[in-house]
Amino acid sequence: MTLAVVPPQNSEPVFYVVDEHEHPEGASTMLGFWIYLMSDCLMFAMLFATFGVLGGNYAAGPAPKDLFDLPLVAVNTSMLLLSSITYGFAMLAMEKSRVGAMQAWLVITGLFGLAFISIELFEFAHMIHEGATPQRSAFLSSFFTLVGTHGLHVTFGLVWLVTLMVQVARYGLIEANRRRLMCLSMFWHFLDVVWIGVFTFVYLMGMLR
Amino acid sequence: MFDTSFLTKAIFGRLTLESLPLHEPIVVGTFVVVALGGVALLGAVTYFRLWGYLWREWFTTVDHKRIGIMYMILGIVMLLRGFADAIMMRLQQAIAFGGSEGYLNAHHYDQIFTAHGVIMIFFVAMPLVTGLMNYVVPLQIGARDVSFPFLNNFSFWMTVGGAVLVMISLFVGEFARTGWLAYPPLSNIGYSPDVGVDYYIWGLQVAGVGTTLSGINLICTIVKLRAPGMTMMRMPVFTWTSLCTNVLIVASFPVLTAVLALLSLDRYIGTNFFTNDFGGSPMMYVNLIWIWGHPEVYILVLPAFGIFSEVTSTFSGKRLFGYTSMVYATVVITILSYLVWLHHFFTMGSGASVNSFFGITTMIISIPTGAKMFNWLFTMYRGRIRFELPMMWTVAFMFTFVIGGMTGVLLAVPPADFVLHNSLFLIAHFHNVIIGGVVFGAFAGIAYWFPKAFGFRLDPFWGKLSFWFWVVGFYFAFMPLYVLGLMGVTRRLRVFDDPSLQIWFIIAGIGAFLIFLGIISFLVQIAVSVLKREALKDVTGDPWNARTLEWATSSPPPAYNFAFTPVVHDNDAWWDMKRRGYRRPLTGFKPIHMPSNTGTGVILAALATAMGFGLIWYIWWLAAVSFIGLLAVAIGHTFNYHRDYHIPADEVVRVEDARTHLLAAGAKS
Amino acid sequence: MKADTHSLQPAHDAHPADGHGEHHAGGSRESYLIGFGLSVILTAIPFWLVMSGALGDKQLTGLAITVLAAIQIVVHMVYFLHMNTRSEGGWTMMALIFTIIMVVIGLTGTLWVMHHLNVNMMPGHDMSTMQ
Repeated sequence: MTLAVVPPQNSEPVFYVVDEHEHPEGASTMLGFWIYLMSDCLMFAMLFATFGVLGGNYAAGPAPKDLFDLPLVAVNTSMLLLSSITYGFAMLAMEKSRVGAMQAWLVITGLFGLAFISIELFEFAHMIHEGATPQRSAFLSSFFTLVGTHGLHVTFGLVWLVTLMVQVARYGLIEANRRRLMCLSMFWHFLDVVWIGVFTFVYLMGMLR
Repeated sequence: MFDTSFLTKAIFGRLTLESLPLHEPIVVGTFVVVALGGVALLGAVTYFRLWGYLWREWFTTVDHKRIGIMYMILGIVMLLRGFADAIMMRLQQAIAFGGSEGYLNAHHYDQIFTAHGVIMIFFVAMPLVTGLMNYVVPLQIGARDVSFPFLNNFSFWMTVGGAVLVMISLFVGEFARTGWLAYPPLSNIGYSPDVGVDYYIWGLQVAGVGTTLSGINLICTIVKLRAPGMTMMRMPVFTWTSLCTNVLIVASFPVLTAVLALLSLDRYIGTNFFTNDFGGSPMMYVNLIWIWGHPEVYILVLPAFGIFSEVTSTFSGKRLFGYTSMVYATVVITILSYLVWLHHFFTMGSGASVNSFFGITTMIISIPTGAKMFNWLFTMYRGRIRFELPMMWTVAFMFTFVIGGMTGVLLAVPPADFVLHNSLFLIAHFHNVIIGGVVFGAFAGIAYWFPKAFGFRLDPFWGKLSFWFWVVGFYFAFMPLYVLGLMGVTRRLRVFDDPSLQIWFIIAGIGAFLIFLGIISFLVQIAVSVLKREALKDVTGDPWNARTLEWATSSPPPAYNFAFTPVVHDNDAWWDMKRRGYRRPLTGFKPIHMPSNTGTGVILAALATAMGFGLIWYIWWLAAVSFIGLLAVAIGHTFNYHRDYHIPADEVVRVEDARTHLLAAGAKS
Repeated sequence: MKADTHSLQPAHDAHPADGHGEHHAGGSRESYLIGFGLSVILTAIPFWLVMSGALGDKQLTGLAITVLAAIQIVVHMVYFLHMNTRSEGGWTMMALIFTIIMVVIGLTGTLWVMHHLNVNMMPGHDMSTMQ
């Protein structure tokens, strides 16, 4: 039994930290936010699974071939891709503490995001106008829910983006704001990753069915 | 031509005077009792001028210890409600024979069994488990608080919000009549047009947000805030099981959120996920909700395993046998719990290959669980066992859980399951593991850590009384159900034809009454202990001669937990400190950096609850206003950058000196 | 007893010494541009494959775009999300791997289970033949 071992007498064991450095504010934030993203990822996985199971059930209604406009999806995808790289540039500007450049890149990112949402809404409106409503078939229910949930995330990201821009304008690039910008960066790029799944498995695979 | 009914609809949605269940004398009676009790409670709080104290010190607190205690109170209060449902069912089933309709009509009875399941899982077991983790984990790892203290407060109040919605359904409208998982098509708008399922959905969604966030919070706490020297393989087992449980929470609650969102889309805007028409598939709901549901079982039981590990090693006076295997078993259970979900619906018809796979994985999961059982037994072997209350619960758990586990392996055999699916055998099985595992674990944990939280022990006499009522009552209540299940009696029945079955239901009813006495004894135990707190007082902070870090500090611990962060050299850190002559530091205290209290969590949760209420009753303006309010308050909160303060060194010195005096006085007497 | 020789370093594996520094181990302008270039290519190819039907066979095309999507996800993870085994002491990578396992179990499990259900319980309702 290890308990029986007597410690060497010459070295007094240290049982507490005397001069403690403070835990830096928000040291867990990045990890915590990453774990949140992982849980969000699982939620999307379930929506993908639902689309995978129900996506072929057209109920004698329109099929992907009748509805999807691939050039439009390509344009939309490029909006999101561009917004990713511009957010990256904003982060680079932040590291150099160039507030003006960073805010400018954030504005551009926001505009690309807005364009993405607008195109998506246009696409939805067009489909609904043609009678391809979420109620029409299980395929359309799962399509609108999956793509719409992604769109809602982007919308939320835009609200967050504006909030952060205001906060940076008011309080500058303080440590807390930098941390928040990095969280939003992770969120934004994460949505891009989800979108890869969406355009591949929903749109492109849909056209192949 | 002004239509007033239109205006009423715009303001009140579906809510009318007829929504109040005034025609149900039982509900009205309950309401009167609850109302009188509530008024008395609120009156007392007002009379003793406690509102300010409660708001400042408790409701807005970000201290993990106080939040943990509030979780426990929530769990115990909801246990009373959930148990009231249980004993009503037992009474109904014991008397509804030979043409008798019993005393509950079908509409009411169906709500009761649904509410019983939902409340017991989400608002009793979850708060009790989360409360214990919240209280104990930061202390066990030598931390000052959790990683995100504000989020912790918010999570708690979201859980309360969900509980409030479920409780409102008792008196305003109705609860779901679908069973605790609300399977479609029954839960679809066509078959459940009333508000019951909507209460179910929004109650769980609001509480689910809180659960997920608290899971993230505790994972970060365990990963980031461990004391120096505490490597992963030196963490106490309870911390390990908490880590795995929170991983499961974070990985499974999003699934519940998603599936309930899909169900609400079906109900609110008429999509076709789980309908019978237009390509929908009700079985998809069953599949998805069990992907959450099975891990949920382990979310509840893993922390209980952790509690039993701590208790066994403390009260056997020995290091835990097979620490490493315990950790690996926990991790393996965590992963495997994702691979067994289909055993809840073998009868769906996925065929032999699918059923065999999930049957085998289910049987495999019993191996690590069995390994744990042997570890506890070997820890006790040749130990100097003290049969204090926590140890008694642990031994009762070991007997009971093994029975439950074996019936579980039996049910894991698909052909056997085809016979026993949805029978009372299943009901007996899962109560066997949940009561024998989670509830006994919670009581062991309460008895074990109560002195840490309040500075005095629980009264042993009433505790033992409660223990025996619970354990004996459990066997009386559920062993007959195994018999009935083997005879082919299915669950959720309200009336019976075959008079030969009645005796078993009467025995089960007697068992439920014994459990009732157990609950009463538990409440009396708390009251008696508070009254006798001077006699039961513990000044050492270590009343059980225990082994882990939470016992190194005072009872109750100061707001900052540890004046100096401990340094860990061994698995049983505190045992190691005691054995090697640890001397408490008496000087050199410094100011301590702590998070400030905030009321934002309460406000956010209240708004979320209001939004849920608006959505349930189609009061769209309320839903919209509270949603906008939610966003505004959340964004407003992010503009507050000053969320912390320092406890001045003087204050630390004062608290620590007081403890020094107490310890000295204790040593003399 | 190995205790005394143990260093007193904090156990928090990624303890940023000054509160920041490690977080900023993000990308450079070059790495962002490389990532962007790769992702443009990896997006363009599948769109082109599907829109032109260059591969002819639908199953082959499906397989190709799945592989391309997987590669693109890795590209985004590396160049935009700066995933590596070091950040936060490896915990982010650990969380990611765990999540991928869960996603794979949930997705394939659901598809497998529901496919067998359809085959067994709804003969003639095979999803692949439903158009």
